Amino acid sequence: MSVELRELYQEVILDHNKRPRNRGKLEEPTSSAEGHNPLCGDNVKVYLQTKDGRVEGIAFEGSGCAISTASASMMTEAIKGKTLDEIEVVFREFQQMVTATGEADEHPDLGDLEVLAGVREYPVRIKCATLPWHTLHAALQGEETKVSTE
Amino acid sequence: MEAFEGSMNTPTLPRLAVEEIRADFPILSTSVRGNPLVYLDNGSTSQKPRAVIDSQDDYYRASNSNIHRGVHYLSQIATRQYDLARDKVRVFLNARHSKEVIFTAGCTAAINLVAQTWGRANVREGDEILVSTMEHHSNIVSWQLVADQIGAKVIPIPITDAGEIDLEAYELLLSERTRMVGIVHVSNSLGTINPVSLMIEMAHRVGAKVLVDGAQAAPHMRIDVQAMDADFYVLSCHKMFAPTGVGVLYGKENLLNSMPPYQGGGDMIHTVDFGGTTYADLPFKFEAGTPNIAGVIGVGAAIDYLAGLGSQVQPGTGTSLSDQLDASFGWIEQYEADLTRYGMGALAEIPGLRLTGTSKHKAGILAFTLDCAHPHDIGTILDNQGIAIRAGHHCCMPVMTRFGIPATARASLALYNTQEEIDRLVAGVKVVKEMFG
Repeated sequence: MSVELRELYQEVILDHNKRPRNRGKLEEPTSSAEGHNPLCGDNVKVYLQTKDGRVEGIAFEGSGCAISTASASMMTEAIKGKTLDEIEVVFREFQQMVTATGEADEHPDLGDLEVLAGVREYPVRIKCATLPWHTLHAALQGEETKVSTE
Repeated sequence: MEAFEGSMNTPTLPRLAVEEIRADFPILSTSVRGNPLVYLDNGSTSQKPRAVIDSQDDYYRASNSNIHRGVHYLSQIATRQYDLARDKVRVFLNARHSKEVIFTAGCTAAINLVAQTWGRANVREGDEILVSTMEHHSNIVSWQLVADQIGAKVIPIPITDAGEIDLEAYELLLSERTRMVGIVHVSNSLGTINPVSLMIEMAHRVGAKVLVDGAQAAPHMRIDVQAMDADFYVLSCHKMFAPTGVGVLYGKENLLNSMPPYQGGGDMIHTVDFGGTTYADLPFKFEAGTPNIAGVIGVGAAIDYLAGLGSQVQPGTGTSLSDQLDASFGWIEQYEADLTRYGMGALAEIPGLRLTGTSKHKAGILAFTLDCAHPHDIGTILDNQGIAIRAGHHCCMPVMTRFGIPATARASLALYNTQEEIDRLVAGVKVVKEMFG
């Protein structure tokens, strides 16, 4: 097995895929959004509970590959308790990390999410990693439309 | 999975070394990610033999010219090659006349042509168009578009758990309201070979026309549009070893004649006048603008290549293209049936693997899911080992819905695949299981 493949499917990712955190529904979300990747059929729904500009609760459900499931799971852990401004910083940093070519820059706000950096070696899989984030973004904006990667 | 147990030892199979065929396809000897390529994505597109690749080079180097309009030498050569290809397709499909063969930009374009010309002229408000649940999106959405324009309905023909047409349900759906039936000859997501002759006969009894999507049948079996009595039959030429960008629409002459033109432009007219334009005869009526000349010549080369295999299988084979194709496909059908049986058996033995599409009448489409890994992950991990498969819904979302799965991993075979490649696929899937299990 190649180095790139090990980089892509790190233990942390396989673990989040097997035991996703915050998977399920929120009983009374303040907002929610759905995301869809028409190329592979991945679906994700993100539920949010925000209060005074801070995410107090987050959950996701849907079906997807290991990369999208792990990305969603780690995302929920990363943003819980953060303010909307803080989330925006993480979102930008994450996007930059998975789409950047060449050596990785510093990503001080990403924590565990850094394990998803390997995805940039697999261009067709980048959308798997970013789908939950775009869906989160839509939920934060209170957008009604379904997010699509295409 | 008893039906799929078997070995590759078929004593009746005429000797044709697959290694010789593989040597005709330059890409098959390349490496991907450090491993010899195992190409199992033939359902998406086939690889091209040297003869087809060379035909493109030869055309652009030696006879590049526009067709049907030049008085000069090169144009005459190009026109002749183009017209010869049309006649080869006629033999390939056993159509009655060459003019029943229309070259299009692809299979999708061919279906849209029929939907927008025959459909708009013949489907009325309240009419019904039946399409099977296992159709490719192109044979669903094209009809939905025309149905929406007219106020007609597109109704799915159900399929069984094995991935076969539910013929009883089909019988019940057919009525005097049925105007058109769209049916895939070989399913790209399940591999099922549908009983098209029977289904066409049933449709004709209620006066409906039938369009058969032959995209996945053409590389694997001998097609006879007259014997099956198809009204329309469409091909995707890049799936049958020819270049991309060419499709074929076969239609019965009287139907094609009755249809209004699709796109307007050069070559499809007889006379143009602001007081009224008259249209060219078949097949030119439906070939507006400069066609994909190189691609069409490549289709001719692909058919010649397939026919050439026939003389290798049976050295005494007659010299007619038809006889040679009979011999070739006799071999291809049997070889691929054995390989499919072997592949289904080998995959079925992997714990936690579920095959989708288990009809006994099936072509080399091996679609599966694993309990521990998503098809997309399977695809990436196999790719890492140099094995090309497709993961996703295969433009068949209703099939995924029918089986309650988001996607499948699909290995699709062609005449150049081998038992050893199936073994590498199986070993590759086991790597996925080790990582995710």
